[in-house]
Amino acid sequence: MSLPKVRVPYLLLFPGFAFLFTFFILPIVNLAQTSTQTPIAGGDTGEYEQTFAFSNYIQAFVDNKEQFARSFVFATFSTLLALLIAYPLAYAIAFKSGKFKNILLVLVVAPFFTSFLLRTIAWKQILGEEGFVVPGLRSLHIISQQTTLTSTSFAVVAGMTYNFLPFMTLPLYASLERIDPRTIEAAGDLYANGITAFRRVTMPLSLPGVVAGTLLTFIPAAGDYVNAAILGSPTSKMVGNVIESRYFKIVDYPTAAALSFTLMATILVLVTLYIRKVGTEELV
Amino acid sequence: MATERSLSPEARSILNSQISRRGVLAGAGGLGAAGLLAACGGSSSSGGEDTKTVRWGNWPLYLDFDSDTKKYPTLEKFMTETGLTAKYFEDYNDNDEFFGKVQAQLKLGEDIGYDVVTPTDWMAARWIRLGYTQKFDAANVPNKVNILDSLASPSYDPKRESSLTWQGIMAGFGWNTQKNPKGIRTLDDLFAPQNKGKIVVLTEMRDTLGIILLAQGVDITKVTENQFMNAVDFMAKKISDGWIRGVKGNEYAQDLTSGDATAVIGWSGDMFILASENEGKFDFAIPESGGTISGDNLMIPSTASADGKKNGEALINYYYDPMVAAEVAAYVNYVCPVKGAQAAMEKIAPELVNSEYIFPSDKTSSRLHIFRSLTPDEETKWAEAFQKAQGN
Repeated sequence: MSLPKVRVPYLLLFPGFAFLFTFFILPIVNLAQTSTQTPIAGGDTGEYEQTFAFSNYIQAFVDNKEQFARSFVFATFSTLLALLIAYPLAYAIAFKSGKFKNILLVLVVAPFFTSFLLRTIAWKQILGEEGFVVPGLRSLHIISQQTTLTSTSFAVVAGMTYNFLPFMTLPLYASLERIDPRTIEAAGDLYANGITAFRRVTMPLSLPGVVAGTLLTFIPAAGDYVNAAILGSPTSKMVGNVIESRYFKIVDYPTAAALSFTLMATILVLVTLYIRKVGTEELV
Repeated sequence: MATERSLSPEARSILNSQISRRGVLAGAGGLGAAGLLAACGGSSSSGGEDTKTVRWGNWPLYLDFDSDTKKYPTLEKFMTETGLTAKYFEDYNDNDEFFGKVQAQLKLGEDIGYDVVTPTDWMAARWIRLGYTQKFDAANVPNKVNILDSLASPSYDPKRESSLTWQGIMAGFGWNTQKNPKGIRTLDDLFAPQNKGKIVVLTEMRDTLGIILLAQGVDITKVTENQFMNAVDFMAKKISDGWIRGVKGNEYAQDLTSGDATAVIGWSGDMFILASENEGKFDFAIPESGGTISGDNLMIPSTASADGKKNGEALINYYYDPMVAAEVAAYVNYVCPVKGAQAAMEKIAPELVNSEYIFPSDKTSSRLHIFRSLTPDEETKWAEAFQKAQGN
């Protein structure tokens, strides 16, 4: 009763395909259909019909270009900040941590044990008027008495940087850890000083980690709306917030769908350009 | 004027006695318990729920809860009295969100998993308009006559045939008494220099704009689109000029306690809790130009089975018993919609009999207004303008 060999791989792949079809392909098709609908004349709130109104896309983009721009600016800033913070951290864990390596790795992942929402709300308390940061900075005269930290773009970028930091640290660590220390020693033998050795050996060899880490941070950051909703103000809303409000508050499903597609397409284009530029051969 | 000035004297007198009974931690426990309940009950019944059960979806922290037994005393009593099993879900967090979740099933006539739901007036109007509710069998809800006259004939259900108010909600000004020692009665008081950048207003469009419109002298029972858009512009200007810090739901309470907000447009029940937990650091008043009142409504979805409907009616009828209503009101502190509950309160919590939060006097009631119902077109257009003003 053995199955013909040819069929086995397909049978094994079937669950995966079925899953992707149900939870990825179908929703995407549904979203695409929704994005070109228009309200039924005289219909009730939330009733739409298919009219292939591709103008929805233009309208949605023009109305919300500010939030679009802000999403990508915030995502870029938090990706760069995360890179600046995570690189030395991953480097230290990979090369200098000795027997503490595993503990440090657990600490990097530890925030995931708590809900993303709770951690972001905790930031609100930390940066709040009666937390320790604001009074501390005020007494040191770093910020004025009137300056607040919550409900600012600063808080949103800080929150995103924090929330996506592990996604940056882990791939960086993985590629740094794989570097053969002898290559760095060899650089020294060839009279390279520390900086040159880092620039010519360690950095290039860790590049796959940088690419993977920046992608894993940038993509979710651009679509994030939780940080802007909890830590931001009406003047620091991102495109994710618009999609949420269009869907749930205004009950304007077509615009929400069109915005989602535009966001996906923009991220796809940016990521493609980025990967073209840095090259993919060395990616993990 | 002194009596009309603010709702706080009654509130203050009962601050201490209230804390133990209502504790917000107890509420958090309730949320957890409800979450568990939801996890067990959600998927099991696909239309075939048994005949002795009633499933009720309500807003969080909106029913008397005993933190020691982790049970809802009035609901327990209902179950013993009727022999029915009530499954209580605290998962009605947002009108639009809930509607989005069940709309498709309502349209197809498939069980949505609830026999009683609790939408706010304007959303209740939408459910009724779309035919998503069932009319009560009058014989099963005799206590219906107990509804307050002021709530007895809303435009969306003039004879209260398919909805009854669960609780009434007043919106007005809330403030930090240290930063605003003179209190806040007008929009000018709200937008006073000490509150700059520390004002939070509600995401509930009809409350925030209702209060602004009333301050602009507009009758919100007849508001026109021009007047509305004018008020939206006013709000947008206050946001871009840095006066308003955020537009939020219940989270404005956290902002007040953390000091990030010093003045808000907020809800009476929340402000009552804040005042009682922070020893008078916060206060609430209905604006001089008037505040808004709205209600959440008990309704039976069109998808409930005959048994579900009958049991739902029994539940609704039970909560319209003045004694039961007073017990709930003593816990939730929102406006009690049931006639006779004030008298019954004498036996439950005598210090609350004169609470303007629960039983607004005629004088107070006369200053509360109901936002007019909107057409579907207006609903979309006005909501869009309101969302845009807050950066969405």
